[in-house]
Amino acid sequence: MAVDKDTVARIAKLARIRIPEEQQEALTGELTEILNWVEQLSELDTEGVEPMTSVVAMSLPQRQDVVTDGNCADKVLKNAPEGAHGFFAVPKVVE
Amino acid sequence: MSKLTHLSLTEARDGLAKGDFSARELTQAHVEAVEACRSLNAFITETPEQALSGADASDERRRKGNAGVLEGIPLAIKDLFCTQDVLTTAGSHILDGFQPQYESTVSANLWAAGAVMLGKTNLDEFAMGSSNMTSYYGGVENPWRRSGSNEPLVPGGSSGGSAAAVAARCALGATGTDTGGSIRQPAAFCGIVGMKPTYGRCSRWGTVAFASSLDQAGPMTRTVRDAAIMLRGMAGHDPKDSTSVDTPVPDYEAAMTGDVRGLKVGIPKEYRIDGTPAEIDAVWKQGIEWLKAAGAEMVDISLPHTKYALPTYYIIAPAEASSNLARYDGVRYGLRVPGETLDEMYEATRGEGFGAEVKRRILIGAYVLSAGYYDAYYNKARRIRTLIANDFKAAYEKVDVVLTPTAPSAAFGMGDKMDDPVAMYLNDVFTVPASLAGLPGISIPAGLSGEGLPLGLQLLGQPFEEGTLMKVAEVLESAAEFDALPQIIS
Repeated sequence: MAVDKDTVARIAKLARIRIPEEQQEALTGELTEILNWVEQLSELDTEGVEPMTSVVAMSLPQRQDVVTDGNCADKVLKNAPEGAHGFFAVPKVVE
Repeated sequence: MSKLTHLSLTEARDGLAKGDFSARELTQAHVEAVEACRSLNAFITETPEQALSGADASDERRRKGNAGVLEGIPLAIKDLFCTQDVLTTAGSHILDGFQPQYESTVSANLWAAGAVMLGKTNLDEFAMGSSNMTSYYGGVENPWRRSGSNEPLVPGGSSGGSAAAVAARCALGATGTDTGGSIRQPAAFCGIVGMKPTYGRCSRWGTVAFASSLDQAGPMTRTVRDAAIMLRGMAGHDPKDSTSVDTPVPDYEAAMTGDVRGLKVGIPKEYRIDGTPAEIDAVWKQGIEWLKAAGAEMVDISLPHTKYALPTYYIIAPAEASSNLARYDGVRYGLRVPGETLDEMYEATRGEGFGAEVKRRILIGAYVLSAGYYDAYYNKARRIRTLIANDFKAAYEKVDVVLTPTAPSAAFGMGDKMDDPVAMYLNDVFTVPASLAGLPGISIPAGLSGEGLPLGLQLLGQPFEEGTLMKVAEVLESAAEFDALPQIIS
């Protein structure tokens, strides 16, 4: 399966990663090579095989619905590139 | 080089208990060894002050009679484990300056057992790599060189800094994480012991996530007994990780009886791959002979879906990574590159913050999860994962453990294979299948290549049978008598 430059640009947009124009060509080749290599999986018949959801047979544990952590806004914001008034700050999203 | 750094973790534990030396003296010797080996680039952050004050606190606990199972043992921590108030990078530019305000469960368990932190070790960016060359902080040099050559070699990856630090006697042990071979392959390349426990044995909480259904922490040490002691200090149930298993952590040393008589060892025919160097085959045959001589029984087995494991892994791991790494958005921690709009800020931050291999994997992941491809790639891979796990289940009805080589080659040169992603991925051909099946595995140094580089043997076990693996691994270790030292300290 070959991917083209437009597909790479579309996935990069989906993944929110800026890929400079001059790197798109090389990346298109690399992704095509990887996808061609994984293509060999299609030769295997998997009709009726359940997709794996967990390698260890266990049921999801449940706990009491009570507060176990919190009141640490300062710690949560400590590593933020930009914070204001106890919130994370981002470029303006609404006019 | 001080003699204290040449002790095994077991010998250091026993020496501390007898009062032959203090945790302070032991830690001081290792802090100096870390400084002396800076040319390897094994550490991203050294924490000598924390190490020495931790050692003093340990000596104090011992005086009061409160010694833990790792009391006073200086360890290195892969820089993928969050450590409170200590820079945690995951080897990525995008986590610039990140100082976690919490401690990962695995490292917290180690400190609770009395261990002391020497620093944070280098790794492939977000643990994605088999050479340590994808780190934003630069590659790590393997302490070993080929005989008569000065060419620097890779330590393997992704836990390359941890493997190099332990091999160069900078630390008595180090934590690693293994998603597709990231503990076992660098252990083999650096001539040390590395164990990936069963998925769920160690908590993933506070460890930077790569592929959550595969990631598992484990010990990297110089002897099998050291790994048994260290794993006991790392493992345990953690309510903060819903996939952490609520079964008691055994004393793995107790399982190490040295008696493997009658034990059935599976030899999978699919692991004989065309093009594997003859010396890899030779070390495998040697391992078979050693176990036979100890009274174990060899059984030919088949794991028919082995050849599909790597491509399956390279769909599942990138898919999970693309989802896990969505959190690096320039808002909550690390790097932010300004943009006019919120989306432009995201794109600029992630474009500059992630390296080439991480971008490739996120894009592959986003592609196989995108509408129209989800079933053809991602669900197909999950179905094949079931078949791979079933191969092992069937094999374990006949055998107790499986013996294979750890990696298809010895360490290679820094910069080799960098222009061919698929060639790099093939490093993990022997380690990935057990990762997909969630099974425990251990690599032990078994001998030297013709060029004088360490080669590893891998044992795979049944779920939560780490003790059995330790027992068999110790028998191999005794037979191998691997006592060669890397050039940097010999």
